[in-house]
Amino acid sequence: MIYPLLWMLASSLKPDNQIFGDLGLWPREFRWDNYTKGWNALPVSFTTFFWNSTVVTVLSVIGNVISCSFAAYAFARLEFSGKTIWFGLMMMTLMIPYHVVLIPQYLLFLQLGWVDTYLPLIVPKFLAGEAFFIFLMIQFFRQLPRELDEAAMIDGCSPFKIYWAIIMPLSLPAMATAAIFSFIWTWEDFLGPLVYLNDQADYTVPLALRSFISSDGVSQYGAMFAMSILSILPILLFFIIFQRLIIRGIAMSGLK
Amino acid sequence: MQKFFARNFAGYAFLTPWLIGFFLLSIGPILASFYLGFTKYNVVRPPQWIGLDNYAYMLQFDQRFWKALQVTFTFVVVSVPLKLIFALGVAMALDKGIRAIGWYRALFYLPSILGGSIAVAILWRQLFNYDGVINSALSLIGIDGPYWLSDPKFSLWTLVVLAVWQFGSPMLIFLAGLRAIPQELYEAAEIDAASPSKKFFAITVPLLAPVIFFNLVLQMIEAFKSFSGAFIISGGTGAPLDSLLFFTVYLYNEAFSFLRMGYASALAWVLLLIIALFTAIAFWTSKYWVHYENERG
Repeated sequence: MIYPLLWMLASSLKPDNQIFGDLGLWPREFRWDNYTKGWNALPVSFTTFFWNSTVVTVLSVIGNVISCSFAAYAFARLEFSGKTIWFGLMMMTLMIPYHVVLIPQYLLFLQLGWVDTYLPLIVPKFLAGEAFFIFLMIQFFRQLPRELDEAAMIDGCSPFKIYWAIIMPLSLPAMATAAIFSFIWTWEDFLGPLVYLNDQADYTVPLALRSFISSDGVSQYGAMFAMSILSILPILLFFIIFQRLIIRGIAMSGLK
Repeated sequence: MQKFFARNFAGYAFLTPWLIGFFLLSIGPILASFYLGFTKYNVVRPPQWIGLDNYAYMLQFDQRFWKALQVTFTFVVVSVPLKLIFALGVAMALDKGIRAIGWYRALFYLPSILGGSIAVAILWRQLFNYDGVINSALSLIGIDGPYWLSDPKFSLWTLVVLAVWQFGSPMLIFLAGLRAIPQELYEAAEIDAASPSKKFFAITVPLLAPVIFFNLVLQMIEAFKSFSGAFIISGGTGAPLDSLLFFTVYLYNEAFSFLRMGYASALAWVLLLIIALFTAIAFWTSKYWVHYENERG
């Protein structure tokens, strides 16, 4: 199962001519400089790419968690007219493939002059675009006892106060699950950056990896694998730390 | 009026970000792409209405469209069942309560979580290279492996293997489903000396049917939409000989390489309709094989 991943790790430490056809996992000689070579193999160094990815990912996570929990709170705990209709429409967006909205979204962001900036990658995250997370949080919010809201209401709390002081603190597991998946998906995202970023200095890590293979005559396989390993390192760390939470989140909601 | 406002204010205030997003990024773009599908549009000049020409061309003359459909269907039809069978098999093995089960779950799930990453797609390219690891392993047992990536007969199978390798999330959902099956049923079957296969088909499958159905629909939609793997492994074009021309790859190329935005919008609508159709078929047939416990009859 994880042999391919271990093989990638091993290959990132091998000399280029010992990578292909070598099934063994233990490098005969360690080439740590694959990492430094890979880091600087493109005209722009990976310091920039990692920084770009970090900016996009951190802002996306914040945007997703705030905006999706707002929507989920409205759907799960507040009464207002038209709620069922909006809820139905929200569930409908769960099924719509991104590719259908991709072209008009691109044209919209082009009009706004946002292409070649990070705005098309970040702003939608603040507009509760990820219906999965809304759904996940609604499921969680619904389990919390209603009496909490009612008691707070009698004490004169505003809905915002209830959201902030009661619902949020009690929903940390759901928030964390959404945050973790938001992190992983944004970090891995390829299509979005591929469409919106053209200048290599703006590339996120996945785009940079791709230019690694499309640049002519890749002979630096070790360096390429070294950067591949580094690109998945944040995800691996998240996975190791939050493994239980992730697995529970999957079983609960059916996220991918 | 004031009362109406007071009663609804909080709800709509919290819903505002979503509402903006819904109109600007979901429903607006859906309607826009529907309209663009009837136009010729290259971004530089304004869209030009051509009626059904895009769809007519697609169905009558565009061989790459048919090729993309064929590749995508093959991928969905082969990879989804294989992945689910794998997922169920491993889930049943893990359900037996072996030690260190948490570790196994995590290890089996790891490939799924890295699934969309470009690193894994790059890795796959190298594993299936002619002088790569897969062929070296085959040569150990005396088989001269093919050119997996440059021979159109084989290239799609490398992506099927990649998809099946990422069986982690349906597995976890199966595992949760298996846990919910009452053990007494198996104990009763044991008293009746039922064979393992009898137990599997008479207890496990019927009681797991809702979970199987859920996984099937979810994985099918995912498979129709998959992009990065095919894009990276085929060098962005669907090569060799369009054998990796996934529908999404074709759409991307039409829109962003050739700037045929109108035509690409029509393609996007076809993808939407196909996914809707398949989901509808799945729901329709599910009446005959999925029974929910709290349902009578």
